Amino acid sequence: MQEKNNKNIRLDYKIIFKIVETGSSVLDLGCGSGELLNLLIKEKKVKARGIELREGAIYECVEKGLSVFHGDIEGGLGEYPDNSFNYVILNQSMQETKKIEFVLQESLRVGRRVIIGFPNFAYIRSRFDLFFRGKAPRTPSLPYSWYESPNVHFLSLKDFKNYCKEKRINILETYYLGKNNIIRFFPNLLALNAIFVISKPGKLEPF
Amino acid sequence: MILESGKKLGPITIAYETYGRLDKSKSNAVMVLHALSGDAHVAGFHKGDEKPGWWDDMIGPGKAFDTEKYFIICSNVIGGCKGSTGPSSLNAETGKPYGLDFPIITISDMINAQKHLIDYLEIDRLLCVVGGSMGGMQVLQWVASYPDRVLSAIPIATALKHSPQQIAFNEVGRQAVMSDPAWRGGNYYGHSQPENGLAIARMIGHITYMSDESMEKKFSRKLKNGSYNFSFTPEFEVEGYLHYRGDNFVKRFDANSYLYITKAIDYFDLSFGDKLFPNSKEIDIKFLVISFKSDWLYPSYQSREIVKLLKARHADVTYCEINSNYGHDAFLLEFTEETRLIKHFLNRVYIYAGKK
Repeated sequence: MQEKNNKNIRLDYKIIFKIVETGSSVLDLGCGSGELLNLLIKEKKVKARGIELREGAIYECVEKGLSVFHGDIEGGLGEYPDNSFNYVILNQSMQETKKIEFVLQESLRVGRRVIIGFPNFAYIRSRFDLFFRGKAPRTPSLPYSWYESPNVHFLSLKDFKNYCKEKRINILETYYLGKNNIIRFFPNLLALNAIFVISKPGKLEPF
Repeated sequence: MILESGKKLGPITIAYETYGRLDKSKSNAVMVLHALSGDAHVAGFHKGDEKPGWWDDMIGPGKAFDTEKYFIICSNVIGGCKGSTGPSSLNAETGKPYGLDFPIITISDMINAQKHLIDYLEIDRLLCVVGGSMGGMQVLQWVASYPDRVLSAIPIATALKHSPQQIAFNEVGRQAVMSDPAWRGGNYYGHSQPENGLAIARMIGHITYMSDESMEKKFSRKLKNGSYNFSFTPEFEVEGYLHYRGDNFVKRFDANSYLYITKAIDYFDLSFGDKLFPNSKEIDIKFLVISFKSDWLYPSYQSREIVKLLKARHADVTYCEINSNYGHDAFLLEFTEETRLIKHFLNRVYIYAGKK
C-alpha cells in the first residue's frame, strides 16, 4: 500500500490489509462493491472471491474484474470444500446474518483463518444512551435508528471473546478500533469496532 | 461423424456466420451458441431483413461482444433447419430428405460438429463460449467435451439437466406436432408441414418463456375488439399474440427439427459424477453464470447448481441473478445488465489470454 493513498483507506481495511499475507487466497463475505478485495488483489496479489447480496454491488465488482457470487452468505458458503481459503473475511457483515452460528462455523470450515470485524455494542456511548438517556444506542459504528437497522445481532467484545472460549475457537489476533485510531486500553468500553483473527478449534492449520 | 447413440451421420454441413476479425494469433474468437429456435444469424441484417439477428443488442462495434475487438462465430446446430444438416436435409443415400431416418442427436453431438468448424478455422482456443437456454447447455458441453479449447464460459438462463417439468413441456410440444395428421410419420416433405401441431407447440413454448408479471404487463385482459364475442375465436390479446407467434414460427422452422432438438435438450445431463469436469483435471476456465429472477422455465436454482459444481472444484466463477420481470425471454431482452457483466468479464479474460 503506497503511503500517499494511505489516508483515503478506511481504518478497518488498513488493518485487514496488514493481516492478509501476500499471495494468499481470500473469501470476502458481504464484499459490497469489492473495494477491499480489489485492494488486496492489486497490492497483495491474493486470489480473491466474494459473496454479496445486492445486485448493484455485483455489477461494480465485475467492473473491477472480481469473481463474485450473487446471493446471501448463508447460502453461498456451503459449497466450498474445507480449507478452501487462507482467509475468510466477515467484516461488518456478521451482525447482519440471521444464522450467525452457522455462518461462523462454515467460515471456520472453509477458511484456515477467519477475519471478523464487528461494531462493539458495549461502547461507552451506547452505554450512555441506554443507561442515562434510556434510548436505543446510536454510535458511529452503530448509526442506525431502531426501525432501519440491518443488524439483527448486538454483541460486545467481551461477548465475542466468551463465545470463542466456549466453542474453543482460537483467537489469534485482536484489534480494537476507535474512530481513526487503535484503542489500547479498556477496549470493551472505548472501542467502536473490533477485528479478530480466529481459527477453528484444535491445532492451527498451516497455510 | 459417430454420434453419441452410436449411429453415423455424414456428410455434415455446418452453416455459420462470423463478425469482426480473427486476430493474427487467433486468440480473440468468441463462440455464440443459439437456443432451440435460433440460428447462425446472431447480429446485423441480411439483405431484405426487417429484423436484425437474434442477439443484435449484444454483438457489434462497442457492444458487449465488441466486433472491433473480438471475432464472433455463430453456427446453426446439427439437427436444425437453418443451413446445417438436419432432418429436412437431403439424405445422400436416398436423395430424399431424411425425415425420421435422421438419427437422434444430442447436445454433445452438436458440439462435436462445431469442433470441426473451430478446427477448420484453425482456432486453437476459444476466448469464450456463450449462450442462453439451450445455448447455455452447449456452453457447458463445450467445457465438458473440450476443456482445453475454451478459456471462458458464459452459460445464461440454463441448467445442467432438464427437470421433469421442463421435459414435460417439451413432450407436450412434440405430441402436438406428432398428433397433427399432416406430420405423416415425419414424411411430410413435398407436402405442407404439420403447421397446426407445430404452431401449438410454439404457443406452449411462448407461455413458458414469459412470466405471470410480464404477461400481465403486456396483455392484461385486454380484448382485441373491446368487448366479448361470446364465441371461441381468439379475442383476448394474449390469445392473438400466441397465435401470431405460432403462425410465424411454422413459416421459418421445420417440425422434425423441433422434435429432434427438443429431444436433444431433454437427454442433456451433466449433473452427475464428474461429467462436467473430470476430477483429475485442474480447471483453467473462467465462468460467468447468469440467471433471471422471474425465469420459471430455467429457474435460478438451476444456475446455482452449476455454480455449486464449479465452487466445489475451486473454479473461477462469477454468478449474478438479474432482477428481471421478463421470464426466460429475459436473456434476449435484458441486454443493459448483461452488457455490464459480460463486457468487463470478457475484457478480464482477454487480458488474461494476452498474458498466457
